[in-house]
Formats: sequence, structure tokens, C-alpha cells
Amino acid sequence: MVATWTPDQPIVQCVEVRKSFGALEVLKGISLSVRKGEVICIIGPSGSGKSTLIRCINALQPISSGSIQIEGIEVTDPRLDKLALRRKVGMVFQQYNLFPHKTALQNVMMAPIHVLGQKRAEVEARARALLAKVRLAGKEDSYPGELSGGQQQRVAIARSLAMRPDIMLFDEVTAALDPETVKEVLVTIRELAEDGMTCLLVTHEMNFAREVADHVYFTDRGVIVEHGPPETLFTAAKDERTQRFLSQVL
Amino acid sequence: MQAIGNWFQRLYESTGLNFSVFYDAYDWDRYLGGLKMTLFLSVTTIMLSLVIGAAGALMQGSPSRLLRLAVNIFVVVFRNTPPLVQIFFFYFGLGTMLPAVETAGMRVPLLSNVQWAIISLSLFAAAFNVEIFRSGIEAVPRTTVEAAEALGYTRFKAYIHIVLPLAIRVCLPALNNNLVNLLKTTTLAYAIAVPETLYAVKQIWSESQNVFEMMVVLLATYGILVGVLVWLMHRWERAMRIPGYAR
Repeated sequence: MVATWTPDQPIVQCVEVRKSFGALEVLKGISLSVRKGEVICIIGPSGSGKSTLIRCINALQPISSGSIQIEGIEVTDPRLDKLALRRKVGMVFQQYNLFPHKTALQNVMMAPIHVLGQKRAEVEARARALLAKVRLAGKEDSYPGELSGGQQQRVAIARSLAMRPDIMLFDEVTAALDPETVKEVLVTIRELAEDGMTCLLVTHEMNFAREVADHVYFTDRGVIVEHGPPETLFTAAKDERTQRFLSQVL
Repeated sequence: MQAIGNWFQRLYESTGLNFSVFYDAYDWDRYLGGLKMTLFLSVTTIMLSLVIGAAGALMQGSPSRLLRLAVNIFVVVFRNTPPLVQIFFFYFGLGTMLPAVETAGMRVPLLSNVQWAIISLSLFAAAFNVEIFRSGIEAVPRTTVEAAEALGYTRFKAYIHIVLPLAIRVCLPALNNNLVNLLKTTTLAYAIAVPETLYAVKQIWSESQNVFEMMVVLLATYGILVGVLVWLMHRWERAMRIPGYAR
């Protein structure tokens, strides 16, 4: 497919995405789009397919049918240049997944050097600035095992940002954290959003979704039940399932 | 040095214990030559077996079934047959099938006995190293590899920069054992007349009639060589320790 994408079109465009694990259909026709600069939250009960969707968007898992386009690149294309895709998409995981044998600074520097072949000196300067931005100045030489969960997650965010992605995917990034460290990570994401970074988050942090998101999708059992701007979805949900979920978590 | 030689000479004269290598310059040179050959064999086969083992373990995780099958056949063949038979197979079996080359008017085999010993011992140890590396690779969390993928790493780059460095830390103790075994197995090169320590010492004791004394020297030599290797491996293990990385 010839990339005819222009910045006024959605960065992420999912159309009727279906995904099955064996006989179990996890995504049953999901359609959503993310435009440049938008912050989109996907909420919903466990097992509703939220994480699977976000992993499919980054081609970590193949989809069964439908279409996912990132800046006009079809993710399902078998000839997909995964490197080209992943340069555009940054991803942060629930379990941080830092490289344990490298310091915080090295974790941030590795991919730009190994994958993009950028110059070490430039990369290091940028990595230090990114660590300072996520409020980890002074922790450059600490190994992941010496950092708290919240600190590790912020290193992971800096590590993704070092690749200068057009969009950041966050997969339940605060779910494994202590309540007191959740906030520091959310502050970091909020600052990113305020800087204009396009963000797609799968999250259980309803207050965060309410305050920061431009648009919220509620999913249940593989379908999008309802979506809209947070002020409507959180106060005037139309669907009974959404109402029940929100009443349980709010 | 002279004092040591004199002491062993007096020991021989007073007790009959003949450690000829320590006072006889000719025996000493032969022994030293053997020791150098053993070190050469050990270092080259350790390096080669590590490289082949790491490459094999990478191929074992390849999407190509053919490649995986090839590695598995390699491992089975070299693990299920005795190393001495492997050396004979390479030297007497394959070696005679290769064309000879003309060097300074003489027809010599394409590969010497030393080269065959290196090839055969490296492959033998590599078969075990493949399995050892695999155990380490399997201990690296899949999510760590996924994070690398999400950053745009290819399978090969992720293997080199992330999987292998983490896997080595897990499998160092097992690797340690195999490399110790490999060092001791270099004595099998004796069978194809590679002048390594055992070969040299055997020559000394046949001529100087001091089998018992040379046996003691031989055992002490390997005891010390393995001791040095283990010490180096432990230093490497310590150097690779990651602060705060609990397992």
C-alpha cells in the first residue's frame, strides 16, 4: 500500500478488528481512531480485550481480521516493515520490562544507538534530558533493580520517548505500582499529554481518564460498548453495562 | 631456578624420586612445549565452542524449522557419541578424504592433527554449550524480549544486546562445568599425536623411566590449570553481577 497518509488523518485507525486465541474470540470487531495530539483512554473490566488491542496495534500480536493502520501503514500487511512501524509507536508495559543488566541511562540510550544508529554523544545528551524530564535526574547510573516500581516505569517512559515516537501506547502502566507511586507516573504521562504527545492508554485510573482524556472508550467482552468525551461518558453513560462498571469503580 | 634444579637432583640421588622435568633442560622443554599446546588447545576450543554454542542457541529459536532441526541433529550427534571417537572420525575418517596440498615440494594434509583436534573438540563442547545457552535463554522473560521488539530491535539485535547478556548470567555455573570438562578433554588429542601435555609427559616417562613421578606432575598440572580456569570464571561471574537484580 502506498502511504498516502497526511497529518490531518488519524494516526491510529482500527476498523472492525477481530482477534481470536483458538476458539476464544477476544476482540469482536473493534473500531476506533486516534488523531494527532489526542489522549485516548480505553477502560473496561478485566478480560475485555483492552491489552490485546493495544498489543495488536503495535504488531506484537497478529489480528484475525479487520484493519489497523498507523499513519497509513497497514499493520496486518505481511510485508510490514516492523522497524518503520515501531519507530512511530512507543510502548510502555505494565511490568516496566526494563533491561535489568543496564543502568537507567543505558536503558534509555540503547535503542537509539542499536536500532537507529544515532551518535552516542547526541543520544546521551538527549537521554539525560529525558530522565530529567521524568524527574529522575541523579538516578542515571542506577540499575533497574535499585529503583522503585514508579521510578522504573518512568525510565521505561523515557526509554520509549528516546525513539521520538509519534504516539505512545500505555498498557495498564500503573496496575503493578504501589498506590503512592501511581501518582508520580500519572503526572509524567499528564505532562507528556500537555506537551502534545498523542497517547493511547489502557487504564484503570478513572480519575486520570476523566481529567486528561479527550475521548474515552468503554469496552466489555471484546466490543466497544460506548464511547465519548469523558464528561459525558462518566456522568451520563447511556448503556447499562457502562453504568454498572462505572458505579463499581468510581 | 638453578637452586630448584639442584634440589630435585639431590632428591633423586637421595630418594630415587626422579622429577626429571625440573632439573633436566631437555625434559623441561618438552614439558613446557606440551603445556603451551594444552593452553593453545584449551583457549581456542573454549572460544570456538562458546561462539558456536551461542550461534546454535540463536538458531534453535529461529522461525525456520529446517534450521532448528539442523541444530538439534548437531546436538544429538555430538552429545551421543564419545569425544575420542569423534576425534578419530575427523582425523582418520574425514582427514584422509580431503585433498592434500603441496607445500615446499612436500605433500601434506590440508588440515593438521592440531587443527582437526581443535575442530572436533570445539564441536563436541559446542553441542553442550547450545543446550546450556538454551537454558539461560529460556530464563529470560518473554516480556523483556517484547520490550526490545517494541523498541524496534530485530530478533538478532535483541539476542546480541539483551537476551544473550542476560542468559549468560543465568547459565554461567553450567557453562563453567562444561568448560572445565573441555579443558580436561583436550588430553584426548593425544590419540592423534598432538604434542599436548599428556603426550609430552608420556614421552618423558618412557625415556626417563619415571612413570609415577611424571603422573604426579601431570595430575598437578591439570589440577592447577582447572583451578585457574575456575578462578577466571568466578571472576567473570562476579563482574557480571547486576546491582539489585534478585533472582
